[in-house]
Order: sequence, then structure tokens, then C-alpha cells
Amino acid sequence: MKHHIKVTVNGAVREAEVESRLLLVHFIRENLRLTGTHVGCDTSHCGVCTVHLDGEPVKSCTVLAVQADGRSVSTVEGLEQGGKLHPMQEAFTEKHALQCGFCTPGMLMTTSALLERNKKPSEQEIRQAISGNLCRCTGYLNIVKAVQHAAEKLS
Amino acid sequence: MIPAPFDYHRAASLDEAIGLLARYGAEAKVLSGGMSLLPTLKLRLGSFGHLIDISRIAALEYIKEEKGAVRIGAGTRQCLLERSDLIRKTFPVLADAVPLIADPLVRNRGTIGGNLANGDPSNDHPAIAIALGAELLARGPKGERAIPANRFYKDLFVTDLKADEILAEIRMPLPPPRSGSAYRKLKRKTGDYAVAAVAVQVSLNENGSVARAGIALTNVGPTPIEAADAQKFLVGKTPDEKSILETAKLAAKAAAPSADRRGSVEYKIDMTRVLAGRAIKAALERARSQK
Repeated sequence: MKHHIKVTVNGAVREAEVESRLLLVHFIRENLRLTGTHVGCDTSHCGVCTVHLDGEPVKSCTVLAVQADGRSVSTVEGLEQGGKLHPMQEAFTEKHALQCGFCTPGMLMTTSALLERNKKPSEQEIRQAISGNLCRCTGYLNIVKAVQHAAEKLS
Repeated sequence: MIPAPFDYHRAASLDEAIGLLARYGAEAKVLSGGMSLLPTLKLRLGSFGHLIDISRIAALEYIKEEKGAVRIGAGTRQCLLERSDLIRKTFPVLADAVPLIADPLVRNRGTIGGNLANGDPSNDHPAIAIALGAELLARGPKGERAIPANRFYKDLFVTDLKADEILAEIRMPLPPPRSGSAYRKLKRKTGDYAVAAVAVQVSLNENGSVARAGIALTNVGPTPIEAADAQKFLVGKTPDEKSILETAKLAAKAAAPSADRRGSVEYKIDMTRVLAGRAIKAALERARSQK
């Protein structure tokens, strides 16, 4: 069974015919060629596939593309606005919050959503917010610092 | 990983979902948050010809106080339970438990109804619903029926829900004055299921003795387990250290875990005892501090 879906991705309406079983992450990476969103564990543990669905961070390996029909999706490519990095992206570079970079897109999506809801999260709140995003370089210390730094910049 | 092919149907209302379920029968599966179902399909542990998506039915997402109960729509996502002042104030057991379910991103999609209806003994809401004396409201083509949570779970992944029914609402009775509840869970890491967990709600008489005790266990058997002997033992007592420990021992006796990577049978039973003791103490403390 094919479905015609219409999804607003990073502000632009994208339409496609998709199979019921197509996962949102595959729609994003393969149909739209937005490969900033990664596939890691593929079992909804690691969080590298995190995107915003109507503004909320979700694991796109565990959502069907057809479920995003009529909704808006933001990926890491959508963080930059008008050629200017998102304050969270700047903070990640300034605070060396990445080593291999594999978890970074997911971390950016989760932490940018956190600051939308909570302008000044405590260290504990930041750590809880990223508890579904794994960094196997274990660079959590600098990731937390980057989020705090971005929060300061935005306030 | 890609699921085996299926047809997807998005229901705009609960009635439409019930109609679709009637049409596709045994081949159909209800998709709520999908946080257990989609991994099941991807890992090909199960497959269904038709998925009926109820996650866009806005009318299934609510938390309200009505007629002596807190009524929660089955489609209410975990993140909303986490943020609800009514829940925090009325059922501290949920305030304890929900932040420990999976991770924040999963809680943005996963629903209380899916967690309950899936029939997975490692899910946390079933034991909580049992401890709270909740009723689960099922809707089918013939109407509604309320099922007490402690009679809902039949076997591993087998519930009292009929093939043509959908879980619509959870009704948790408002606890009487001098009540307290708590959840204590041991897990290895974020995202993992419990090694063991215990949900408790106690209500005290004016003299401090126990009027009602709900005690139920997570992930130590093929179904969530109501620790009936422990409940019976605690009622009528004015709990002290000794009777709490005795109750915890009785609760652990109700556990029937199997050994796996989370631990041996003996370990899980003993952890059930420890967690039961801690949950009872926390629930009592909360009940006693209530004016």
C-alpha cells in the first residue's frame, strides 16, 4: 500500500509516494537526501536519528514516514538560518562538544529543543534531557558545557 | 532494519479505529505511540497485515479529574504525564515512575495506553495501575466495559482486551486523605527495562493504621503481579520497621521471575524484596505527611 504524504521539512513542503513501512529516518536520508540525520542502533536507544516532529524531539528510526504526513519535521540541516549557525551549533564548536561527530546531529536536535522549553536548564536537567542520546566518545562533559554556553548566549 | 510489509490506516476517531479493527480482525494491530510496536516489527519479532494508527486522535489525549477519579485518555503521551501538576500531586507513584520509562525522546511518543495494552510485563504502568486500583476502559463495537487492572493481565502479552476492543481510558480513583504512593525501580541503564520494580499505594485510617494497600510488581513474572498476600498482611497494621520488612518479604514471595541478562532468579527475588521495602516506606512517609 502506497501513501501520498506531504511533510514540511525544514520549512519546505515535500511530497512523496511512500510505502506504509518506510521509516521516517529513511524518508529523510534516502528520499530527501538529508544525510545529516544518522542511523545508529536502529532500535530507538542511541538517539543519533533525533529530529523534531512538530517541534518535539523524537527518534526518527521509530516513526513511520506516513505518520509525519501533514506535520512538520526539522532536521539538523534546518538549524542553520540564513547562513548563520544555530547558537547551539556555535556552542558545540566553541566548547569542543564533539569528537567523532556521529552523535552530534541528534545531540543538537535534542538540546536545541530543550532550550525551547527550558531557557536555563540546570546541569541535571541537561543530563536528563540527553539521556536518550548516546555519545560513545563519552564527551558528555563538553556537551553539557556547550548547552550551558548556548543557554547563556540565548538569554 | 525494515519491517515486513503491512497496510497503514490512520484513524481520525476512536469509532473509526474500532470499525477498522472490526474490518481487519486478527490481521490488525493498533498503533499508538509505536515505541514497542515499531521495534517489534523492525526486529521481525512480530508482523501484522494492518496497522491502525490511533496516535492522531486528539480526543484520546487528556488528563482530567471527574467523578472521583483521575481519567487519563489512552493516547496520553508519557511526556504529558510527566508535566502534569494533577498527576504529580495526586499520584506520586507516577511522578516517580514516568521519568524512568525509556528516555525523554521515547516518552515524547510513547503513550500510557500503549504501555498498558501491550501486555508486556516489563512495562511500568501495569503494576502502577494495579497498585492504584485503577480501571481500564475498553471500547468495542458493542460499547464500553471497565476492567479492573488486577484482572486485565492474563499471560505474557495476553490481556483481557478482546480482538475487537481498544483501550480508551484509564480511571484511577482519587485516593482518600492520608494516602501516599511510590515506585521503586532497579534498572541497569537509561532505556533498559527494570531488573525489578515495585509500585505501592497505601491509605491510612485516622489512627495511622493501614486501610488499603496496593502493592504490585514489574518484570518479575510473565505478567505484572499483584502482591495479594503482602497487601492483606499490611492492612490493619500500624506499620513499623518490622512489619514493613515482613510485607516486603511477602511481596518478594509473589515474584516468579526468570533468569536473563538482568540477573538470576534469586537476585531478582531479593531485589523485589528490597525495592518493596523502600516503596512501602516512601508511600507511608507520603501518606503520613499528608494533612
